[in-house]
Amino acid sequence: MYAEQISIFIENKEGRLAEVTAILRDARVNIRALSLADTTDFGVLRLIVDNNETAEKALKDEGFTVGKTKVLAVEVQDQPGGLNLILNCLCENDVNVEYMYAFANPQCKNAIMIFRFDDRKKALKILTQKNIKVVTTKEICDL
Amino acid sequence: MPIYNMTYETMPKEELKKVQFTRLKATLDRVYATVPFYKNAFDQAKIKPGDIKNLEDLQRLPFTNKIDLRDNYPYKMFAVPMENIVRIHASSGTTGKPTVVGYTQRDINTWAELMARSFSAAGATHSDIIHNAYGYGLFTGGLGAHYGAEKLGASVIPVSGGNTKRQITIMQDFKPTILTGTPSYILHLAEVATEMGVDFKSLHFKAGIFGAEPWSENMRSELEEKLNLKAMDIYGLSEVMGPGVSIECREEQKGLHIFEDHFIPEIINPDTEEVLPYGETGELVFTSITKEAFPIIRYRTKDITSLNAQPCSCGRTHIRMNKPTGRADDMLIIRGVNVFPSQIESVLMESKKISPHYQLVVDRKNNLDTLTVKVEIDEALFSDEIKSLQNMELSISNDIKDYLGVSAKVMLVEPKTIARSEGKAVRVIDNRTF
Repeated sequence: MYAEQISIFIENKEGRLAEVTAILRDARVNIRALSLADTTDFGVLRLIVDNNETAEKALKDEGFTVGKTKVLAVEVQDQPGGLNLILNCLCENDVNVEYMYAFANPQCKNAIMIFRFDDRKKALKILTQKNIKVVTTKEICDL
Repeated sequence: MPIYNMTYETMPKEELKKVQFTRLKATLDRVYATVPFYKNAFDQAKIKPGDIKNLEDLQRLPFTNKIDLRDNYPYKMFAVPMENIVRIHASSGTTGKPTVVGYTQRDINTWAELMARSFSAAGATHSDIIHNAYGYGLFTGGLGAHYGAEKLGASVIPVSGGNTKRQITIMQDFKPTILTGTPSYILHLAEVATEMGVDFKSLHFKAGIFGAEPWSENMRSELEEKLNLKAMDIYGLSEVMGPGVSIECREEQKGLHIFEDHFIPEIINPDTEEVLPYGETGELVFTSITKEAFPIIRYRTKDITSLNAQPCSCGRTHIRMNKPTGRADDMLIIRGVNVFPSQIESVLMESKKISPHYQLVVDRKNNLDTLTVKVEIDEALFSDEIKSLQNMELSISNDIKDYLGVSAKVMLVEPKTIARSEGKAVRVIDNRTF
């Protein structure tokens, strides 16, 4: 039920992000969603792509440090209160969001948001109980 | 300028040599009898203290290295029982363990006298007020200068390092006339004073004694110009005693007089260990000839310099050493703290259980030394969360501060970005100019 995200350590240097996207382009990897968190010296690029293995190998071959993390891709109603509905039920159960990012879902009216929770298992259980749709990597790739 | 100990500091060379030889003999007899390390070293070199017939024979004795001090950690180099030790100091070792030194009451008195001589050489008298900005603690700088100032009969302000703004207020209100500290910290003080709108020229300093780290003639000009005082270089290391092994005189400010009635200097080729004649540049080696608790025989300081036997206009007959120009090893001196790259490696291995590629970058920003430790990220260290990466930087930085006593900024960098020459990582980039 989890989606797999790859993350990459990049220094805050001119052109570094473009190098990563060029590597993925050359490896014919499609980026589905992305977020970049940064500090003054470095950043962490988090990606949901259509082919994790190819992406990971291509990046490692070029000397990048690549990590893999299980995240939850959650369908969010594209209407007022959509995101709040999800956050409320998690918050009531003491589940914290470490980070989150969104991408548009071209197939339907709803958005998909990627969540990294402090307690992934508990979050999944709560979301399932609440009948909130959790999307798998495969489904994301097929979008 | 007054000379504190006229008898010894201006003793004719021949007479001084006789004093040195008598004291050397007594030291050798004592270390052979009381310190197993020296007995073994002399036995291995097949030499007995009795074989030393003149000062030149000193060259036949084996050297002592910093690693020997570590191997005998903490007290095995002491030549007196612990009940006779009144003070213990320590400095950085090449790995986790510090180098420990001890002093008897007589050693403390000798050290105080040599620091009093140093203050006198800088032009200080009993009517001066000495602002002592050397750190107090295990580091020999603070207490060494303090006891010397008291011995001289001057008034000492034991302000220590740090609290820079308060120091400037003290300088304005207490009106000190002599300033001591590490040159980089003193320049930092000057900058903070400027920021506070305090002009050093309105203060009352006539001389400064600066040491514990190498500094250049350019820095002297800067210090003298900014602080409106005469800047004297002082040299010392805890293994030999502490500050006050040698001092520049106010008259010449050209080379540091080594107190030869207490220490015998030699210059050697660091590779062949051959003794070089006066004037040639090599590694400085010291033998102490009056110390009781921690006598040291032919200690390799790793400092690169040369000796000048020419007479000096100040009247002192003691030989001068030129300002050290470098090191025969990879030790860095950062704000007066000795740092070996291997110590940083130990910290990384202990705190993160890993052996990453790292590099030390030393800069001098606003006259203050800064240390940046670059650590190459790898999969074991990496996290998708910024928070944990930043916490890791912080925890390494705290560990370095805890173990080495020096503040460092830790910076994670991408793999393979630290320059490697012949496959070996370049461990140190020192951008400072001395």
